[in-house]
Amino acid sequence: MNNDTFMLGGKEFHSRFILGSGKYSLELIKAAVENAGAEIITLAVRRTNTKDTENILDYIPDNVTLLPNTSGARDAKEAVRIARMARELGCGDFVKIEIMKDSKYLLPDNYETIKATKILADEGFVVLPYMYPDLNVARELVKAGAAAVMPLASPIGSNKGLATKEFIQILIDEIDVPIIVDAGIGKPSEACAAMEMGAAAIMSNTAIATARDIPAMAGAFKSAIEAGRAAYLAGLGRVLERGASASDPLTGFLRD
Amino acid sequence: MIKINGTQIDATELPLLAYLEENGYNPKRIAVECNEMIVPKSQYANCILHSGDVVEIVSFVGGG
Amino acid sequence: MAENQFFVDSGKLNEKALANKHRLEQDPSYRTNHMEYMEGMERIESDIMDKVMSHMNDYDPDSYTAVDVRRALSSNRCSIDDFKALLSPAAAPFLEEMAQKAKMATSRHFGNTVYIFTPLYIANYCENYCIYCGFNCYNDINRKKLNYEEIEREMKIISDSGIEEILMLTGESRGASPVEYIGEACKLATKYFRNVGLEIYPVNSDEYRYLHECGADYITVFQETYDSDKYETLHLMGHKRVWPYRFEAQERALMGGMRGVGFSALLGLSNFRKDALASALHVFFLQRKYPHAEFSLSCPRLRPIINNDKINPLDVHEKELCQIICAYRIFMPFVGITVSSREEKHFRDGIIKIAATKVSAGVSTGIGDHDEKYNGEQEVDAGDEQFEIADARSFDEMYNDIAGEGLQPVLNDYVYV
Repeated sequence: MNNDTFMLGGKEFHSRFILGSGKYSLELIKAAVENAGAEIITLAVRRTNTKDTENILDYIPDNVTLLPNTSGARDAKEAVRIARMARELGCGDFVKIEIMKDSKYLLPDNYETIKATKILADEGFVVLPYMYPDLNVARELVKAGAAAVMPLASPIGSNKGLATKEFIQILIDEIDVPIIVDAGIGKPSEACAAMEMGAAAIMSNTAIATARDIPAMAGAFKSAIEAGRAAYLAGLGRVLERGASASDPLTGFLRD
Repeated sequence: MIKINGTQIDATELPLLAYLEENGYNPKRIAVECNEMIVPKSQYANCILHSGDVVEIVSFVGGG
Repeated sequence: MAENQFFVDSGKLNEKALANKHRLEQDPSYRTNHMEYMEGMERIESDIMDKVMSHMNDYDPDSYTAVDVRRALSSNRCSIDDFKALLSPAAAPFLEEMAQKAKMATSRHFGNTVYIFTPLYIANYCENYCIYCGFNCYNDINRKKLNYEEIEREMKIISDSGIEEILMLTGESRGASPVEYIGEACKLATKYFRNVGLEIYPVNSDEYRYLHECGADYITVFQETYDSDKYETLHLMGHKRVWPYRFEAQERALMGGMRGVGFSALLGLSNFRKDALASALHVFFLQRKYPHAEFSLSCPRLRPIINNDKINPLDVHEKELCQIICAYRIFMPFVGITVSSREEKHFRDGIIKIAATKVSAGVSTGIGDHDEKYNGEQEVDAGDEQFEIADARSFDEMYNDIAGEGLQPVLNDYVYV
C-alpha cells in the first residue's frame, strides 16, 4: 500500500489518475476504471434520454468518486446551474468547472470560471476548475475557494501533449492547492513528464477513448503516472550546466 | 403550455411525479430543474407544473 | 560558542533606574511575556508565522552534506530544502560556485544595475532596552529629535548631493516620535525625493495606511532574531519586546497598502543559519500570499556602538555573510538585497558584483549631522549614532565606484500610485 496520497475536498486519494468517461461505450468503462486504478471518474450532465435503459452509474464501481463536469456551460451562470443539477443527482459535492465560450478551440473562459468557482465553493461544492494556465487566474481561483486547479496541457481532445509546460510548471511552483493537468495529454510518456514536474494528478479521456485497446491504454497511463510520480519524489538527477567558469573568481575579495 | 427538455407539452397543470412515471424516468437517476431552480427529489410528489414552466430533466452521461 | 558582553552601566543613571536595569538583565521573571500582544497592538489572521517557524525549528544545518549542496547547485529551481543545504556548513567549500550561480540569477533579474539610497535618522529617542543597540534607553548618548525645519534642512542637503531615494528612521519611541510626526516627515520627504521608505517601530495596518497616504511606500522592519527565546533575552523592556507583533509588521504594512517590505535578522545575535533561513522564508511565504508586493532582504551584522566597542558579529565572518547572500539570491532571484554601510568598502564592492542590488551612500546614523558630514560645517547639538558605520563613502564616491566596476548605478526606479 502506498502512503503517497493527495487530498481533495477532505477525501484521500491514492491514485493520481483521473479518468474521463466520454467517447467510449459503457461496457468498456468498468474495464477501463479497473485497469486505470482510477479513484475519480468524470461525467457529464445531459437531458435524460428516456429510450436508454442503461445508466452510466451502473458501470462505475461504488468506491469511485464521481466528478461531474459542467460541459455545455458557456458562462458562469450556466455552469452553476449544471453543477447544482449534478449535485441533485446525488453523487457528492465534487464538480469540475468547464466553461467554454469558444466552440472552435474549446478553450476555457478563465474569467467566467473564477466567478463560477466563487459561487459554487460558497455553496459547499468541492470545486476543480479547468483553466488555461495563467498564474494570476490560478491565484484568483484559489482565493475563490478552488480545491485544485486543472490547467490544460494543450487544446482539449487534441492529444498534442504538454504545449503549456512552462506555464504549468509555474503553477506547480506557486500554487498551494493540487495542480491536476487536464486536456491534451496524448500519450503515457506525456502524462509521465507532467508528473515528473510535480503535478498532483493527471486527467485524461480522449487519449484513452481513442486508443485501439481502451482498457490496455488505461493501464499504460496508470503505469506512466506512477513512474512520473515516483521520479518526482525521488528527486530528478542533476543536469550539468555549461558555461560557468571559475577562472575569474568572484569571491576573492573576502577577508577574515 | 409546459416546456420539458425542450418539448412543448399541451397542459395547464401537470403533476411532476405522474409525468415522470408515465414517461419511464427513474427518479433515482435524474435531477429536475424547473425555471432554473432545482426541484429536490423529496418534492417530486408535491410538485405541480404549470403553464409557462420550463423544465429540465437530466442525468449523467460519459464525459471528460 | 562565544557571546558578546552587552551590559554597560552608565554613570548618569540614578539608583532606581540602575536597579531596574540590573533586575531586567538578571531576573527573567521580572520581564514581561514577550509573546503576548500589548494593548492597542493589532492582531491579524495569518498562517505565515507557523509556516516559517516550523521550518526553522526543524532545520538542522549539520544534517546536510556535500551531496545535498551539489544537487542544489545543479538544479534549475531552488527548493526550500535546496536552500537549507546552501545555508549549511557543508556549502562552505562551494562558495565560489554559489557566487557564480548567484551572479547569473542576479543579472537575469536585475541586469547590471545597483540602486543607491541613503538613510535619514530623524530622532533617536527610544523606549526599549535592546541590549545590543546604541539607541537603547539605558545607553548614555545625546538624544535628539529633529523638528520639521531641521528635517527639511537635512533633506535639502541630502537631495543636493544627488540622492533620490531616502529611508527615514527613528528610534522606537511612539511617545517622542508619534505616527503623525513621521507622517509629516514623509510629506516633506516627497518634496525632495522620488522614493520614500521607512524604518520605524511597527504600527497597526491603519497607521501604515496613513503613512502610505503621506507618501511612504516601503517599510523595513528587522526581526533581529527569529529565535523567540533568544529574542526575549536581548529585548528586555518596551513594546519591541513583543516578538509576534513585530513578526507581523510587514504583513500589516501590505494590508495598509504599502508597495514594498524589507526584512532581516541582525546576524550575530543567534544561530545565523537558522535566522537567515527564517528571514528568507518570511519573504517566501508572504510573497505567495501577496504576489503583487515587492520584497527586499538586508543582511546586517552586529556592529560596535557608543559605550561598547567590543560588540561584534561572532561567527558571522565575511565568508559566512557572502554564503548567506548567495543562498538568498539563488533561492529568490527576484528579491532585492541591500548591503548597508555596516560592511566595509571591499566587501560591498565585491558583493554588488554577485548578488546585492542596493547599497547606501553618504551615510550617517546620527541625528541632524548631515551638514557636518557632507559639507564640513560644525554642528553643535547633533544626536548620537545608532552604530559605527564601516563604509563612509559619499554619494559621489559610491556612484563613481559602482560605475567604475562596469555596473550601472540607479537612483530610483519607481512610480507612486
